[in-house]
Amino acid sequence: MPFALTDEQKLLQESVDRFVERDYGFDIRTRLAESETGWSAENWAIFAELGWLGVPFPEAAGGHGGGPVEAGLISEALGKGLAVEPYLWTVVLGGGLLARAGRTDLLEALIAGKLQLATGFAEPQGRYALNDVATMAEKSGGDLSISGRKAVVFNAPSADFLIVPARTAGARTDARGITLFLLPADADGVELRPYRTMDDSRAAEATLSGVRAGGDAVLGEIDDGLALLEPAVDVATAVLCCEAAGVMQALVSQTQDYIKNRKQFGVPLSSFQVLQHRMAEMFIHMEQTQSMAYMAVVRGAAGGGREVSRAASAAKAYAGEKGKLVGQDAIQMHGGMGMTKEMPISSYFKRITAIGSLFGDADYHLDRFADLAGGGAG
Amino acid sequence: MDLDIGSEDQAFRDEVRAFIDKSLPSDTRDKMRRGLKLTKDDMIGWHRILHANGWGAPGWPVEYGGPDWTPMQRHIFEEETGRNHCPRLMPFGLKMVGPVIQAFGSDEQKAQHLPKIASAEIQWCQGYSEPGSGSDLASLKTRAVRDGDTYIVNGQKTWTTAAHWADWIFCLVRTDDTVKKQEGISFLLIDMATPGIEVKPIVTMEGGHEVNEVFFDDVAVPVSNRVGAENKGWTIAKFLLGHERTSIAEIGRSKAQLEKLTEIAAAEQKNGAPLLDDPRFREKIARAEIDLMALEMTLLRVVSAESAGGAPGPEASLLKIRATELQQELSELLMEAIGYYSHPDTPEALEFGWNEPSVGPDYAASLAPVYFNLRKTSIYGGSNEVQRGIISKMVLGF
Repeated sequence: MPFALTDEQKLLQESVDRFVERDYGFDIRTRLAESETGWSAENWAIFAELGWLGVPFPEAAGGHGGGPVEAGLISEALGKGLAVEPYLWTVVLGGGLLARAGRTDLLEALIAGKLQLATGFAEPQGRYALNDVATMAEKSGGDLSISGRKAVVFNAPSADFLIVPARTAGARTDARGITLFLLPADADGVELRPYRTMDDSRAAEATLSGVRAGGDAVLGEIDDGLALLEPAVDVATAVLCCEAAGVMQALVSQTQDYIKNRKQFGVPLSSFQVLQHRMAEMFIHMEQTQSMAYMAVVRGAAGGGREVSRAASAAKAYAGEKGKLVGQDAIQMHGGMGMTKEMPISSYFKRITAIGSLFGDADYHLDRFADLAGGGAG
Repeated sequence: MDLDIGSEDQAFRDEVRAFIDKSLPSDTRDKMRRGLKLTKDDMIGWHRILHANGWGAPGWPVEYGGPDWTPMQRHIFEEETGRNHCPRLMPFGLKMVGPVIQAFGSDEQKAQHLPKIASAEIQWCQGYSEPGSGSDLASLKTRAVRDGDTYIVNGQKTWTTAAHWADWIFCLVRTDDTVKKQEGISFLLIDMATPGIEVKPIVTMEGGHEVNEVFFDDVAVPVSNRVGAENKGWTIAKFLLGHERTSIAEIGRSKAQLEKLTEIAAAEQKNGAPLLDDPRFREKIARAEIDLMALEMTLLRVVSAESAGGAPGPEASLLKIRATELQQELSELLMEAIGYYSHPDTPEALEFGWNEPSVGPDYAASLAPVYFNLRKTSIYGGSNEVQRGIISKMVLGF
């Protein structure tokens, strides 16, 4: 039956929901977001212990044999609590790339909670295009020497390794000629400029100046890194849409509670039909975003190719546009309270805003969805 | 019917523009252009410069120290100052309590307050909203109990913009709770230095501090500080609703933002070409420009009707709704234009004199905070839902 969860998936969903409800109150979340690293190593150890870090990886690699669907369910539940732990960056995208490249040696540490990853998939000039890579990897002695700049590398300040696409051949926007490198974050020539982001995440500008990389630093095939990166980003995009669905559920339920309890003119705000209908629209956006997100992770679980990319782009275009509407309406219906930093709703709004442009905004994915319709390379 | 403002008004526009060119301090202009934080001194400084030129109270008649401008001149002044990066003049004295004192105040109140509002010597804030009274303003609970020549005020106001800068606050307070809620409200002028007043900051989602909570604990206010009759404060509140609302259209500022959007879209790249050439983004800019045009043309019709002696009515609600939606739309497109560089949150980069290289492009740091901050515009000053209610009731007769 479409969308029916297995018993295992239900248990997983319940266990993350329970963790969020019990151990992730908004005041705790605020404290973590304001801490030095911006997330909790203690929680990360719990995630490892409960098996959440290993869920998406094959058993052969020390994982639990799940995939994008399980990662999506976890992210959706974490999204409801606005969890700040870098699950997306380390497990879903970074771990996804390591798994695709067959680096099971490192996956073990990741699954045990001992490894943090960041991926520099964006460059200052490239907007959202994964193929726009100006960072160069040039032969130097027996090694390669990598130089360039990576923009807004999420989780870089906490990362042990950076995964960096660099150009080994071709022109700046060619699909061929990109190679992925796995570089220790403290390698000579790596300079990070860390900062907080709009939604209390952490990121950095990464400047690479002649970073030396041997053959063992290459993930996947030389010149064919995009074939590794693009499907991994598609899956991460689908999983991120699940998180968006979780964030939207919280936006809807908190707004629902607020207008039920807030009285003006002697009656609850929820008695005004104009607000009832707006909330009904928010509910529809939320439900359909969830449908699209589930569709995208299910496609992602079924393999690779054009259908996965189309599904991811469709879900992201949808979640981007509807998430914005739901977020804006949630603030509006909270009135002045919605504007305050203190009220949780504003943090949810900032997260849904941030998600809106991660891995590409609605316009980018609309274009990509349309471009992929013609039966191009899959 | 034509669209020409006429040579006299054109000459006035040139005069305003020339004055701004010559007189707006360059660091203030720079802060405004780049979206940096303004200090109280920047804002008051500009007001004083205008005052020295006889323009300190743009909307006022000459008897109170205003320039006695026509509605069209006032519109031109608003547009030019907005478009040319002048700080917004704080509205609480000039557009709110000033006109109230002119219309309802005693001679003593006029003499005491009006000159200092025009000269920016005294800053005001507005004590209307309360925690339980937002859209339903008339339900307010802050009480003023008469004790001889004094009112004793107790209660709390909230969302009070610039209370931390203000010397005085004008308040709606309850003076009778035995009658219909609109009929027991009075309008008081309160010196912020009076013992018993406490101001607490409210931090908004982007991290800024503009609004406050104001607490009143047995605050003694002379009865002579009441404007109008006791229990007639609601009449004054309604008077302010329609007063000088054409400036809410923010045409000049939105034009400046549209210009900035076009510049940024030209500087940003998509697939190796300027974002400005991207059909999808071009269309969004075009749409915003058309929305701006529609708003400006409607505003000009309102100004024209005003010039012919028509009092501003519920069209102020139309202007408020569309103007705030447009400001929000422009801030959204600006944020969208810079892609991933909307993410870094670097408030230090919004301080004047911060000389480190910025994380992304120079223009990026303020755009997400402005987007978040401007969500307030459809909430404050009578939420857009309240404004739609006014149109339904006053125009459509529902």
